Amino acid sequence: MSFRRTFLDPLISANPITVQILGLCSALAVTSSLLPALIMSAAVISVLAFSNVAVSLLRDVIPRSVRLILQMTLIASAVIVVDEILKAFAPDVSRVLSVFVGLIITNCIVLSRVEAFAMQNDVRSSLLDGIGNGIGYSLILIPVATIREIFGSGTLLGYPVLPLASEDGWYTPNELFLLAPSAFFIIGLLIWWIRTLRSEQAERPEYELHSKEDQEPA
Amino acid sequence: MTAEIVNIILRAMFVENLALAFLLGMCTYIAVSKRVETAIGLGIAVIVVQTITVPVNNLIYRYLLSPGALEWAGLGTMDLSYLRLIAFIGVIAAMIQILELSLARFFPVLHNALGIYLPLLTVNCAILGASLFMTQRDYVFVESVAYGFGVGAGWALAIIVFAAIRERLRYSDVPEGLQGLGMAFIVTGLLALGFVGFTGLEI
Repeated sequence: MSFRRTFLDPLISANPITVQILGLCSALAVTSSLLPALIMSAAVISVLAFSNVAVSLLRDVIPRSVRLILQMTLIASAVIVVDEILKAFAPDVSRVLSVFVGLIITNCIVLSRVEAFAMQNDVRSSLLDGIGNGIGYSLILIPVATIREIFGSGTLLGYPVLPLASEDGWYTPNELFLLAPSAFFIIGLLIWWIRTLRSEQAERPEYELHSKEDQEPA
Repeated sequence: MTAEIVNIILRAMFVENLALAFLLGMCTYIAVSKRVETAIGLGIAVIVVQTITVPVNNLIYRYLLSPGALEWAGLGTMDLSYLRLIAFIGVIAAMIQILELSLARFFPVLHNALGIYLPLLTVNCAILGASLFMTQRDYVFVESVAYGFGVGAGWALAIIVFAAIRERLRYSDVPEGLQGLGMAFIVTGLLALGFVGFTGLEI
């Protein structure tokens, strides 16, 4: 596969969230406003790139029987570094993200890219694959966070966008957008939109329904 | 004390349901909810694993990793709490391995029913998430047992209800692009909306 495709495929046509169904947990939980979502995306991109490169460098020396433990250890080390950096330089965001930075360890995107791609490919394409998948993840995360922050609190990155009714404006924030269910609805609708545009991604129904005309008149 | 314990269990199960309020363990939740039987098996596995790993991690954190925990070894100023991620994931992997071996030896029927799902729980973020929340909230040992059981039961409840809805959903006429994953999200959103109603539940 060419470098170009390695990098571009995970953006839409093999997007980790909407197509591979990986890494959903954090995708939903950190999206109630834009800033944590941006930081989270940066954290995931760097962890993915680092662990893909590290595993790809070691792929010929890792014994197959203990590879999962080694991969987990490498990923966990990368996450600890990211977590400590956040705590040191962005303590506020680190508090908002709370446990979710740590949970990048169990984010299935990371383990699955390491296992499925970095174990077989050279360093350069592994790096591109890591960054590509990270960006694919961000491409879902950022729109969801933008929608939730604008409609939930009328701001974007903390700056007022819609004038709030409480401050002589006209917009009454819809607090449902700050609650967990809205994340599900928005991602569900986003998937619907992507799959309508790219119908080859749509899943076939498990059962075909008969239309009214096919049925025997009662 | 009893009331506190019951409160922790209720909060963990309903108000702060890991799947529907914190959106943890979603990958497994979406992937393994096509049939009610497998959902029940996985739910039981999660309850067992959470009830064991959260208290074990609580002990490890309290006596080895938290700031000043190594007082007894004369290392009172040492703060190893940054190691908690790697320690917890190690404990979880080890516990699941032990659980799998002992189930295979003593309860082969349950072991066969759980199959591949048991080892997969190692990378389920609900398991690691519960341990991290436990350290964040400073639970003592007894509370951590209750919390572990509560979050496990809450997650099991969520996936079993969701699987039951999905079995029915198979016969409904869903628009083409919404088929499968899209619809799964919308249904989970509705379920989560229901669970928002538990906010403030206390005895």
